[in-house]
Amino acid sequence: MAEGKKYVTPKLDELEKGPWPSFVKEIKAAAQKSPMAAALLGQLEQSYDEKIGHWKHGGIVGVVGYGGGVIGRYSDLGDKYPEVAHFHTIRINQPAGWFYTTEALRGLCDIWEEHGSGLTNMHGSTGDIIFLGTTTDQLEKVFSKLTALGFDLGGSGSDVRTPSCCNGMARCEWACYDTMKVCYNLTMAFQDEIHRPAFPYKFKMKMAGCPNDCVAAIARADLSIIGTWKDEIQQDDEMIKKFADEGLDIQRQIVSRCPTRCMDWDGKKLTINNENCVKCMFCINSMPRALAPGKERGAMVLLGAKAPIVQGAQLSSVLIPFIDLEDEESWNDLKQLLENIWEVWCEEGKNRERVGEFALRVGFGNFLEAIGLEPRPEMVAYPRDNPYVFYQTAKKE
Amino acid sequence: MAEMTVEQLADAMYEMIKEAKGMKKYKATDLQKAMAERFGADKQTCKQAIRLLMDSGRCIYTYFGGSYIEIPPDQPPAP
Ligand code: HEM
Ligand code: HEM
Ligand code: SF4
Ligand code: SF4
Repeated sequence: MAEGKKYVTPKLDELEKGPWPSFVKEIKAAAQKSPMAAALLGQLEQSYDEKIGHWKHGGIVGVVGYGGGVIGRYSDLGDKYPEVAHFHTIRINQPAGWFYTTEALRGLCDIWEEHGSGLTNMHGSTGDIIFLGTTTDQLEKVFSKLTALGFDLGGSGSDVRTPSCCNGMARCEWACYDTMKVCYNLTMAFQDEIHRPAFPYKFKMKMAGCPNDCVAAIARADLSIIGTWKDEIQQDDEMIKKFADEGLDIQRQIVSRCPTRCMDWDGKKLTINNENCVKCMFCINSMPRALAPGKERGAMVLLGAKAPIVQGAQLSSVLIPFIDLEDEESWNDLKQLLENIWEVWCEEGKNRERVGEFALRVGFGNFLEAIGLEPRPEMVAYPRDNPYVFYQTAKKE
Repeated sequence: MAEMTVEQLADAMYEMIKEAKGMKKYKATDLQKAMAERFGADKQTCKQAIRLLMDSGRCIYTYFGGSYIEIPPDQPPAP
């Protein structure tokens, strides 16, 4: 492709300075080959000058049959920057855990250099591979080449968004269940819900292998599945002693920072009152190999997180305190639960009302009843706090 | 009432969208609820009917702060 028009961009150039990666540097590199990327620099500089954004979004773009995956973007300065008059975003379903062969990556880049700006975002906060900037007439071509390469579009709009997970089992000793397997299975089970928007609003699912929650499921997903364990933290006293010998002040740096104060250190032996552990991961992260999640591992299912868009931010709260996710039965339970949630939300939810807002509006207790769950004390909304079960001090006769 | 076929449901949905064109936009759930009310249609058949409308190109998904089902415009959309 030809080199694009060159723009003078003193403000953007500032963002190339310093030791950190710079998106300006990357867009300039892409502009060597892509007139679209070149025009993007021009429009962006103008935006910085005027302190005004020049993008419009929404509308009617997509590939035949799908209601998600393509996000319409247009410039309101199309006359001045015709190359970016259309600048649509494509979301592509990433492989679970974000593992690629270099061959697959090259394939993706080749498609995008031919049919788009060449600019990508690996990966978006939805988890998808993001292709930034193409025109309406290129969409079907990109789609058919992507499918030939074994990729499919992800979700956008009022649908199930591309499920996303940490790469737990593949790389991480804390993983309490196989996040990648669950992510893949959910993606395959709900293809129709991903590609054909039929909900009041978006529905995101994220799977983290342990409470460290590297995919921030608790803050970002309508349905968060977070690894946890039932039994006791695994403890290797030899290793703990080694940490102490090497200068870790276990009393000050570990025990006194445990949020529930459920640990005890007598100078030689660490004792954990596991019944009071809220599985915050702090001690485990601080002493790898000395401490580890228990052996009876599984996951907790939570509902309702969202960023502030129509209403304020919300963290998710517990629906299922513990689910195994290894056997067929618990897998079917999870799928049935999702169907029930969607049924109730589609029936009663308002337009652009996230499921967490909906549950809050009708009351979490009523919501649980509608989806067929019994309230239990372990369904906490915050540590040590649950919205369903109330304790009363016994009255004296 | 005899059960509606997927094709009949798709036609009924199409009529509903056509009548409202320019005045009201429908989401998938609006169509499904209307079909359930009018013909007692079940969710699964409604889904298939919507799929038929999409795959045949009679309808398209649009996005305006939410996903809607509409008849494609005669002209390509002015951005
Ligand atoms: C008024 C203008 C805009 C608003 C209010 C807006 C809002 C949003 C919101 C709420 C999301 C998160 C969506 C989700 O995950 O469901 C999002 C994602 C995104 N937007 Fe925008 N946006 C605007 C303009 C743009 C423009 C002009 C572009 C590109 C030219 C753009 C590119 C993107 C991309 C690539 C994502 C996905 C990022 C990711 O998944 O990490 N947006 N936008
Ligand atoms: C001075 C200019 C910019 C600043 C300060 C900026 C800042 C940021 C920040 C703070 C984030 C969140 C990163 C995170 O979640 O860790 C972000 C995300 C993002 N930005 Fe920018 N950005 C700028 C320009 C751009 C431009 C020009 C583009 C596209 C052409 C862009 C595309 C994106 C996308 C797609 C994301 C989502 C990435 C993700 O969540 O993984 N940004 N940006
Ligand atoms: S969430 Fe837990 S299991 Fe997953 S990568 Fe992070 S630390 Fe490992
Ligand atoms: S995981 Fe957290 S709550 Fe549990 S013992 Fe360790 S520091 Fe305490």
